[in-house]
Amino acid sequence: MTETLIWIIVVLVAIGLYLSWTAGRLDRLHARIDAARAALDAQLLRRASVAQELATSGVLDPAASIVLYEAAHAARQAEEEHREVAESELSQALRAVFAEPQQVEAVREAPGGVEAARELAEAARRVPMARRFHNDAVGAARRLREHRKVRWFRLAGHAPFPLAFEMDDEPPTALMDRAA
Amino acid sequence: MRIGIVCPYSWDVPGGVQFHIRDLAEYFIRLGHEVSVLAPADDDTPLPPYVVSAGRAVPVPYNGSVARLNFGFLSAARVRRWLHDGAFHVIHIHEPTSPSLGLLACWAAQGPIVATFHTSNPRSRAMIAAYSILQAALEKISARIAVSEYARRTLVEHLGGDAVVIPNGVDVDFFAKAEPNPDWQGDTIGFIGRIDEPRKGLPVLMRALPRILAERPRTRLLVAGRGDEEEAVASLPAELRSRVEFLGMVSDADKARLLRSVDLYVAPNTGGESFGIILVEAMSAGAPVLASDLDAFAQVLDRGAAGELFANEDADALAEAALRLLGDPAHRAGLSARGSAHVRRFDWSTVGADIMSVYETVTAGAAAVATDEETGGGTGLRARLRLARD
Repeated sequence: MTETLIWIIVVLVAIGLYLSWTAGRLDRLHARIDAARAALDAQLLRRASVAQELATSGVLDPAASIVLYEAAHAARQAEEEHREVAESELSQALRAVFAEPQQVEAVREAPGGVEAARELAEAARRVPMARRFHNDAVGAARRLREHRKVRWFRLAGHAPFPLAFEMDDEPPTALMDRAA
Repeated sequence: MRIGIVCPYSWDVPGGVQFHIRDLAEYFIRLGHEVSVLAPADDDTPLPPYVVSAGRAVPVPYNGSVARLNFGFLSAARVRRWLHDGAFHVIHIHEPTSPSLGLLACWAAQGPIVATFHTSNPRSRAMIAAYSILQAALEKISARIAVSEYARRTLVEHLGGDAVVIPNGVDVDFFAKAEPNPDWQGDTIGFIGRIDEPRKGLPVLMRALPRILAERPRTRLLVAGRGDEEEAVASLPAELRSRVEFLGMVSDADKARLLRSVDLYVAPNTGGESFGIILVEAMSAGAPVLASDLDAFAQVLDRGAAGELFANEDADALAEAALRLLGDPAHRAGLSARGSAHVRRFDWSTVGADIMSVYETVTAGAAAVATDEETGGGTGLRARLRLARD
């Protein structure tokens, strides 16, 4: 009788430890998502700032300046639920403005232009990177959270269900061309 | 930035991953970063100052060949000590799925972890079984890098999630500026790789050789690499064996000179390649490249624009393509020029900057790397208690 009781206790403790370990995993994943989201926000903000700077610098023609300024401004001011659309539109604006290699050359020739073009290229390259890392973390957390043990025992607590950040982050090719 | 790099394979045995890590570490050191590499090595092998030994590695069959790996209690303790002493801003683990130091480091560390996946195994039973075991450790990786689009695809299929593609780096100028060796010039075909490793494809080249020599008897095949030379030419008719010259293991400098000298570089590998660094090196040296049409090779060669491709394991196709190229110097010059231009994207200045971007992305706002116990985070007891209160 006592032996059975001991076994029941051992099994319960083992299950408890396993669940708490899983909760630890989930906690770590949520922390990773937060860090990745902060990194993504930083890169998006950086890209929008450099774009806005370029738009107001007078290096580009007035039409291109307005298009780029509008898009960069909208991306910076966007509410959370419109953020993905606004950032995608900034990507499209950047691609439209820097469609031709000559445009990139023109920026590089302006005073301080080499620096600005490099910063913009760097930011445009890091956005897809940061987004991929973020969505990778989101995917891992979602896979774990959809598991029975997590749902039944409510191991995720009150943490909101993680959402991927979906946007068009294709950088302008003319700006990315570093082969030369 | 303080960077910790974990190498899963023995430092004293030459290999693609080891060279990649060596070059990466030296590139960052030149830029003024602090780098420490943790690698398996025998205690008596001389190591560069930035390498910390994780102890002796044990030979184990892995990924189709025998790899020397580290595991067990002592290795785990050394990993923890290294993490603790290093106080790194970021750790970069190579091949985290191999049952070696990479996985141990992943298990023990906490904080910004970057991982590079070099291999691209076809979906295997072992991988599926390992998946659930690996999952908890791999979840800690904040940024995954795949060395090619092909490696990324396998990674996504096997482990889910996503990765950025950053190719392996090469010091292009080291190869481009090497001095050609006159002894190795004049109707020569080059091959570099383990002779006794069938996946490197020397047997395919040996099958193609009689046809090449029938049409161009002055051609010589120069083979650089370890292995049994007698056995390698066993399939060849005796009178043709003198057309094959074995150079044995060559130094990096000689490898560059060899690639600068040959009229054609042939990479007949039959599989198991996820990148193909040797192709990049050959292109850097301006050698026209003829390679089997493996996914990874086709990608490195820009779908055949920067180098010719032939049907994998097809000796006749290899012989035909080699003869066509050897008989057409203008075409070879064109390939060489396109290869030299294409290869710039694999130079360390580009690849290193991309890897640094990954480091900066994951470390932005994050705490430094620590062992699990120090932070009490993740699976630590304090974390569990904190969660229990939620």
